[in-house]
Amino acid sequence: MNTLIELQSAEVRFGRFQALAGVNLRIAAGESVALVGANGSGKSTLLRLLHGLIQPTAGQLQRDARATQAMLFQRPFMLRTTALNNVALGLWLRGARWADAKTQALAALARVELADKATRAARTLSGGQQQRLALARAWALQPDVLLLDEPTASLDPHAKREVEQLVAEFAAAQDERPVTVIFASHNLGQVKRLASRVIYLELGRVLADLPVKDFFDVERLRATSEAAHFFVKGETL
Amino acid sequence: MSTFSESAATALQLIVSLDPVFLAIVGRSLAVSASACALACGAGLVLGAWLGVARFAGRELILTLLNTLLAIPSVVVGLMVYLLLSHSGPLGSLGWLFNFQAMVLAQAMLVLPVATALTRQAVEDAENNHGEQLRSLGAGTLMRSLLLTWDERYTLLTMLMASFGRAISEVGAVMIVGGNIDGFTRVMTTAIALETSKGDLPLALALGLILLGMVLLLNTLIALVRRWRERVEGGAAAAPASVGVLS
Repeated sequence: MNTLIELQSAEVRFGRFQALAGVNLRIAAGESVALVGANGSGKSTLLRLLHGLIQPTAGQLQRDARATQAMLFQRPFMLRTTALNNVALGLWLRGARWADAKTQALAALARVELADKATRAARTLSGGQQQRLALARAWALQPDVLLLDEPTASLDPHAKREVEQLVAEFAAAQDERPVTVIFASHNLGQVKRLASRVIYLELGRVLADLPVKDFFDVERLRATSEAAHFFVKGETL
Repeated sequence: MSTFSESAATALQLIVSLDPVFLAIVGRSLAVSASACALACGAGLVLGAWLGVARFAGRELILTLLNTLLAIPSVVVGLMVYLLLSHSGPLGSLGWLFNFQAMVLAQAMLVLPVATALTRQAVEDAENNHGEQLRSLGAGTLMRSLLLTWDERYTLLTMLMASFGRAISEVGAVMIVGGNIDGFTRVMTTAIALETSKGDLPLALALGLILLGMVLLLNTLIALVRRWRERVEGGAAAAPASVGVLS
């Protein structure tokens, strides 16, 4: 499959703190990759690196220049304006005319079932609705790669399910284009449901990189990484 | 105590009877401070928004200088503007000294660091919290500074009010560059200082009451903006600056 992002011996340092060390990774079009690991393991840093928000302090990052990206954050930022304007802004910033951006934004809002909230102030929406709004903003951009940083971490179970379902739809159908989804999560159930591949990080290092089936196979995981096995065991207790 | 009561009663009479001298002083004060604020806040918004988002060598030095200027005494600003506008100064040919323009310039210079620093702080906090998401959407430095300034408009509205409070309540700078000329450059604060030294307490007290009233009005407006913002946006607003009577 066509490689969209590749990291070679990538390192990221923030002053003296080494956030990522010696990461080798190749992500192909259409993959659904979950990043798992404890807090501070480097999941968010890796997502930011893959998205181009930070640059590697050593090693190499190569991205397919034709592949567009969008990223969802744990707490989406909405400007003090309507839901519609917030979605249209992303399109406008990427060169669309404002009128066209609003038309496309409305269609994206309909896909996340927020069309009736288009004229509401975005910040008055609930946490789950704001995350769906952020998803609509990403959807409108029609990205080839969607990165999500613990998108359901601060949501209630109902909102969590809604967002998760939308992410699955997003990955499944973008006008028959393969969409690559890369997401960080602590929720192993979610990882099972959404991912085709799982990357386990610890202290900035990739300790396991397995197909989802193998990751949840106790013996295979133990053989690959005792630490990853210990993490999964702890999370599923 | 009786002197105070009598003075207060006379002061209220002056206010209620709309004494023309008294009104002229109040009107001049408002005109000077509003003009100074318009100039300083316009420049302060642009400069502060840029400093809040841009990262460049020497930025820390500029911020240290800016924070130092926040504490500059108004008499020092007055002295600097006096030297600038005096006959032998670089802007002496303008002939602004002891004129309305000199007082506007002095107050604008006094308010500019306040407007810049408050804007910079608001925009920088927003950039630290949300700049990454705007970058992810494709916003560059200029676009982020514009979007975040717009997004922080209610906080910046309180900055405008705080700046006006700083301008209208200062006495040192306008005294030096305006000269406190009766009917020409006399404003509320300089009139209060003069009338108190002459022993004419009623006029000084009336002007003091108006000045306090204005500060009260500004603080009420700030509180109303905050309440309105909470109602419209559903979330708690950051505590805005309040206005106090400064030197």
